[in-house]
Amino acid sequence: MIEELIVIVLLALMAVLTLGIALQRNMYAVVVLSGAYSFLMATALVALDAVDVAMTEASVGAGISTVLLLGALYLCGGEEAKPLTRPWLPLVLALVISGALVYGTLGLPAFSDPMAPINTHVVPRYLHDALKETGVPNVVTAVLASYRGYDTLGETTVVFTAGAGVIALLRRIRRRKDGEQKS
Amino acid sequence: MRGFLVLRVVAKLLMPFMLVFALYVQFHGDFSPGGGFQAGVIIAATIIFYALIFGLPAARKLMPEPLVETMVALGVLIYAGVGVAGLLLGGNYLDYFVLAHSPVHGQERGIFWVEVGVAVTVSGVMTKIFYMFAGRKRSAEEE
Amino acid sequence: MSVAGHFTYWATILLMVAGLYIVIARGNLVKKLIGLSIFQTSVYLLYIAPGKLIGGTAPIISPDFKVYSNPLPHVLILTAIVVGVATLALGLALVVRIQEAYGSIEEDEILAADRAGGDEE
Repeated sequence: MIEELIVIVLLALMAVLTLGIALQRNMYAVVVLSGAYSFLMATALVALDAVDVAMTEASVGAGISTVLLLGALYLCGGEEAKPLTRPWLPLVLALVISGALVYGTLGLPAFSDPMAPINTHVVPRYLHDALKETGVPNVVTAVLASYRGYDTLGETTVVFTAGAGVIALLRRIRRRKDGEQKS
Repeated sequence: MRGFLVLRVVAKLLMPFMLVFALYVQFHGDFSPGGGFQAGVIIAATIIFYALIFGLPAARKLMPEPLVETMVALGVLIYAGVGVAGLLLGGNYLDYFVLAHSPVHGQERGIFWVEVGVAVTVSGVMTKIFYMFAGRKRSAEEE
Repeated sequence: MSVAGHFTYWATILLMVAGLYIVIARGNLVKKLIGLSIFQTSVYLLYIAPGKLIGGTAPIISPDFKVYSNPLPHVLILTAIVVGVATLALGLALVVRIQEAYGSIEEDEILAADRAGGDEE
């Protein structure tokens, strides 16, 4: 009961912060609010027993994202313009979509159900055999690096591609006086 | 922020602990939450911290651009190299159980090198992206 | 169906729709990217919440505990978080280039500049 209460309170705080992000027009304040949102998300993930994910979300979401957003704001300008028209159509669209999604989730399994399909197919084998087969007690590391190693190779390639893409976009090509190009 | 003595002294005291914590998260990731991604991001955060306090040219002297660019590619090569090592030693691509005398030992060795590759790439990419964003002048000052 | 059983899904839907609203209703490009990242974090919640078992613990095998939470969504979401920050970095690099090319990051000013440039040609 107390665990559910903690999760409910954290999610309510995150919803309030999202409202603040939508309404605030000073972009530096928006970046600080999004950093706070990431930290609350990390805490909610710890309450849901996802400790690896919480550490990654805290370092990547609240750390690196905030630094990148502040760097971009330094180069772009820190004030959002006032909207010209009241956004009624997006609001109505958002309400219709949320109604449809709520109707869709009525058929999903309830919170903390041991017989839900997510808990019954291949996961008992991972939990049972990971220590015996890989010698690593942290099942998340064992699954990430050994059982699902191809996915992690793809993810590392995605990170590499993002770095290469940023280098390609933001590279300075200096022209010498006689017309030569040098990067 | 170079002029503030307290910031400079505290930054120099904190940086070794941050790096040791990153290494702890990397290598203890088999027994506690952690692993390559988190460790790579903490290493990048250490360099960004240094750049914030001492300025970008000092950080570029500490971690030169060619080294960072090499790290970006080296991690992916290490990961793919572990897979090729599995091929050369008799198994399929990314098989770990052929890497050592016993299958469990091979799994541990494979997981170790794979996480090292991930940490090297992630720290290189985050540092390089920070260098590119922070090193770019605003367009008004460029003339 | 009960409130206590489905509240995580409804919180997920609220955050998802809030992120979607920020993307379509606001004109500042950086704010759109922040709305997109809020949308992505709601999807993390959608995957991880059903894996939690009350009375369980984090999925690190130890002789003291018998019930563990589901580790498979954790692995998928770890990948998703890192891919999310990669796309955020690329999106921000594009925004910086747009700022240098058009002089503004407001969507309506960029579209007006494009139309004015298109009329001249």
